[in-house]
Amino acid sequence: MSTKPKVATTSLAGCFGCHMSLLDIDDRILKLIELVDFNKSPINDIKKFTDRCLVGIIEGGCSNEENVHVLQDFRKHCDVIIALGDCATMGGLPAMRNHVPLKECLEEAYLKGPTVYNPGGKVPGDAELPLILDKVYPCQEVVKVDLFLPGCPPPADTIWQALVALLNNKPLELPYELIKYD
Amino acid sequence: MSATIHFTIDGVEVTGKAGQTILQAASEAGIYIPRLCAHKDLTPHGSCRVCTVMVNGRPQAACTQPVSDGAIVENETAEIKELRRNLVEMLFVEGNHYCMFCEKSGNCELQALAYRLGIQAPRYPYFFPQRALDATHPDIFIDHNRCILCGRCVRASKELDGKNVFQFIGRGAHKRVGFNAPDGLGHTDAAVSDRFVSICPVGAILKKRVGYAIPVGQRLFDKRPIGSEIEARRAKGK
Repeated sequence: MSTKPKVATTSLAGCFGCHMSLLDIDDRILKLIELVDFNKSPINDIKKFTDRCLVGIIEGGCSNEENVHVLQDFRKHCDVIIALGDCATMGGLPAMRNHVPLKECLEEAYLKGPTVYNPGGKVPGDAELPLILDKVYPCQEVVKVDLFLPGCPPPADTIWQALVALLNNKPLELPYELIKYD
Repeated sequence: MSATIHFTIDGVEVTGKAGQTILQAASEAGIYIPRLCAHKDLTPHGSCRVCTVMVNGRPQAACTQPVSDGAIVENETAEIKELRRNLVEMLFVEGNHYCMFCEKSGNCELQALAYRLGIQAPRYPYFFPQRALDATHPDIFIDHNRCILCGRCVRASKELDGKNVFQFIGRGAHKRVGFNAPDGLGHTDAAVSDRFVSICPVGAILKKRVGYAIPVGQRLFDKRPIGSEIEARRAKGK
C-alpha cells in the first residue's frame, strides 16, 4: 500500500481548462506522480473516493445540485481544498447567467433561442438530470476553501509551486507574475 | 513662494510644500500610496478611501489631506494594508468584475491593486448585480458592471475636456454614473478624443474596436506591480 500523499481533482461548472493547465506542467508531471497518488480525478477516471486525500483541487463553481454534492464530498475527504481558477473563486463565465432570472435562461436555451429546434416545446426536466441552481456560486460560498489560485486558467507554474509548497509543508509564496485573474 | 514642510512616512523623512496633499508629496518622494479615485491631473475626490493613511494616529485620505509640519504618517502598516485589502475586495464583490474577458485586464488599476495587495479571492459573498451597458456612442462604450464610482470621468469631463458629459445619479447602493442626455452617451457631446475615455481606472469606459491590442505579457501590470514607477523615483534619488 502506497504511503504517498493523495490528491483528488474535479471539474464542476468549469471548462476543464484548469485541468489542461495542470497537465501543462509538462515533464514535471512525472515528478508529481512520484510525489503523490491521484485518487478520485478525471485524470485517472476514478469515480469515487477510496481513501482520505491531502489535497482536493476544485475547478469550476456550483451551477447545479450535483456540483454541490461533489464539492461537499471533496470537503469531507480532503484535508486541503484548493479552489483552482476564476470559476471556482468567483463563478467565472457560467456566472454570467446570474444576471438573468433562471426561468429566462432556460427559456432562451430550450424554447426561444434563434437556433433552438425543440418540437416538444418543453424544458428538459427528467428526474435523472441534476437540478439547476438559482445562480452559479463560487466554491467558498458552499464549503470552506483553504487556498485560492485564481486565473483563467491559473498558470501551470502557479499550480506546480502551490502543490510543491503544500506537499513539503512550506508556506506558499508566489511571485508577482504568478497570481493573475485572466 | 511655498514654505517647505517636513514630515515622515513610515519613518522616512519627506519634504513637501505648503498646500500639497500627502499623496502628492509622497509621490514626489518616491513613496507609493495606493489610490483609485485620485489622479494627478484631477481635483482630489476622496471617495474610494484606498489611499487611507494614519496621520498622527488618525485615518485620513492621503489624496485630500494637506501636508503638515512634523506629521507622523503611516502607510504600509499591517492595519492599513488590511483596510485597503477590505476596500478592494468589497469593490470586487459589489460589481461584476469578470477579468477573464475584460479588455482592460492587465491595464486595470483595480486589478493591479488587488495583485499588489496579494488578494487571491475576496472574502465576501458576490452581489452579481444587474447593471446596464451603454453602446449608443459610435466610438465609446460604457459598462456599468465594471464601474467603481471613482468619479474620474465626471471630473475629467468637466476639468480637462471643458464639457459636462457625466453626473452622479442616486445615493448609497443606488448611486451610478449618469449621462447628460436621457438616451445615452451617444446623445451627449462626448468625443473619443476626450480625456475621460483613457482616465477610467477600470474597464467601464472603453474605446470600441481596439480591444486586446496589447498581447498578454506586455500590458502595464503584467510584470511590475502598480506603483513601481513611483517607487523607482526613490531608488534613483538614493
